[in-house]
Amino acid sequence: MTDLNAIYVIVMRELKKFVREKSRLVSSIARPLIWLFLVGAGMSRLVSPRAGMPYTRFIFPGILGMTILFSSIFSSISIIWDKEFGFLKEILVAPVRRSSIVIGKSLSGTAVSSIQVFIVLMVFPVIGEKLSFFQVLATLLIGMLVAFSIASFGIVIATFYENYESFSVIMNFIIMPMFFLSGAMYPIKLLPSALRWASRLNPLTYGVDAIKNIMFRAQAGPMGPDFSFTADILVIVLSSVAFVILASVFFERKQ
Amino acid sequence: MPPVISVEGLTRKFGQLTAVDNISFQVEEKTIFGFLGPNGAGKTTTISILCTLLNPTSGKAMVNGHDCKKDPRLVRSSIGVVFQDSTLDKDLTAYENLVFHAYIYGVHKKEIKNRVEDALRFMGLFERKHDLVKKFSGGMKRRLEVARGLIHRPKVLFMDEPTLGLDPQSRSHLWEAISELPKEHGVTVFMTTHYMDEAEVCDGLAIIDGGRIIARGSPEDLKRSLGGDVIFLKTKDNRAAGLKIKEILGIVPEENEDELFLTSGRAEEQIPAIIKALPDMVLSVRFQRPTLNDVFLKFTGREIRRQDVTGQDSLKEDLRAYVRRH
Repeated sequence: MTDLNAIYVIVMRELKKFVREKSRLVSSIARPLIWLFLVGAGMSRLVSPRAGMPYTRFIFPGILGMTILFSSIFSSISIIWDKEFGFLKEILVAPVRRSSIVIGKSLSGTAVSSIQVFIVLMVFPVIGEKLSFFQVLATLLIGMLVAFSIASFGIVIATFYENYESFSVIMNFIIMPMFFLSGAMYPIKLLPSALRWASRLNPLTYGVDAIKNIMFRAQAGPMGPDFSFTADILVIVLSSVAFVILASVFFERKQ
Repeated sequence: MPPVISVEGLTRKFGQLTAVDNISFQVEEKTIFGFLGPNGAGKTTTISILCTLLNPTSGKAMVNGHDCKKDPRLVRSSIGVVFQDSTLDKDLTAYENLVFHAYIYGVHKKEIKNRVEDALRFMGLFERKHDLVKKFSGGMKRRLEVARGLIHRPKVLFMDEPTLGLDPQSRSHLWEAISELPKEHGVTVFMTTHYMDEAEVCDGLAIIDGGRIIARGSPEDLKRSLGGDVIFLKTKDNRAAGLKIKEILGIVPEENEDELFLTSGRAEEQIPAIIKALPDMVLSVRFQRPTLNDVFLKFTGREIRRQDVTGQDSLKEDLRAYVRRH
């Protein structure tokens, strides 16, 4: 019971802070939209219409993946801030399981991410995408699952760092490569084999692929999904479990 | 009644360094226990072990009847902790910080509001409850942390240097509240300090230096153990003066920072004799009734040095604001 309360209050804290910081919301919505419209519009001139679909349509699942990636990882690595400013100690001396803290933090990332994904998803008519109510709902649900997995992955990373000087390291060496190797901006089928393998190890790949499965399942060829929907879900769920366990173990570890 | 904290042969090593070296002590229920020592003596390490944030290398620590290593969760639910550095969320209000705490310690929902408001009132922060913590002064933050530590009605409240870096007024304000805790809230207070005046008010003391407990007892017992006033003198030639004093009084004075000091019965009677025996050599002379500082001096050969807090906390604040903006 204490643990459920703890999870609840950890999520509430995150939401409260998220709502208070309007600039965070604005910039986190602006980023994916800038990519969608500026990069998307520019690149679509290079991509042949014969490739199967307009480029902006193709990157839409990837843009949602980006929204999830940034929002959930940022939320998780706020743990590094909490470490630096001491608040983490307040949580660690509480009579709560480490796994509950990890789940609470992952759900915080999920909650914050879902709000952003919902907003970005709603621009679909503007890019000429046609989605049924069911597709919208499925995308949101999958988005939550992916956010949980990425957020728990973010916590695993956060346990390795002590201060925010590491933030740019995480940004440049983890977040950006994860984004580019997720099939968000170009099909992984067309990558050289080494990069193709790297993208298969990337948890975000399956999230983006799952959304592709929802939005254009019938699409064959390089622009279509790479894996089956079931495989995507399976990888996302299993990796989430693994990340939660790993993060709890790393938290429990006392020097 | 069994002691509420009991530590047996506790040792903690960090690689080559032994931070805590085979210490043992007990703390009785509803008392204020002071852990006195200079920085780096092993105080924080000991507190971390008792709060289950660190495992001991060897030895045993029991809090409220639970083993810190085997049953950390049981220990955690019966203690409150005020760390040396602030552990508040500065982007939440005082009230929200305490509510967070109540939830995470499983306080019943119906009781949360009352307990939080009582704690805020007890620490004199009720009027500021809806202010963001970042607007609070250092003293208010510390008081808020004490309030927070009491929300779940712990048996023991650990405080690591609770008054460090506070101005005198906030210090006395906070200290007033702390000294009421055993009676008002039935809480045992375990605190570390390097302020002698705070140590004076403790019911029990352990003096720690270099990871070892070098003296234990109530402040009165410890002072009585010194056996008299302490005379300090500066002379033109400390070595010669030392020999002379040994000759007339039979006591070998010790030296600390160019100053000789010796402990002997009544200073009023000894000082004239000393000055007489050292013509033209004495530059200054003073004496003190024994204080805890002298107890410390006696056992370690040096004084507890006061250290100012670094500006690190405020630097971190600035950096954080910077990072957020970019």
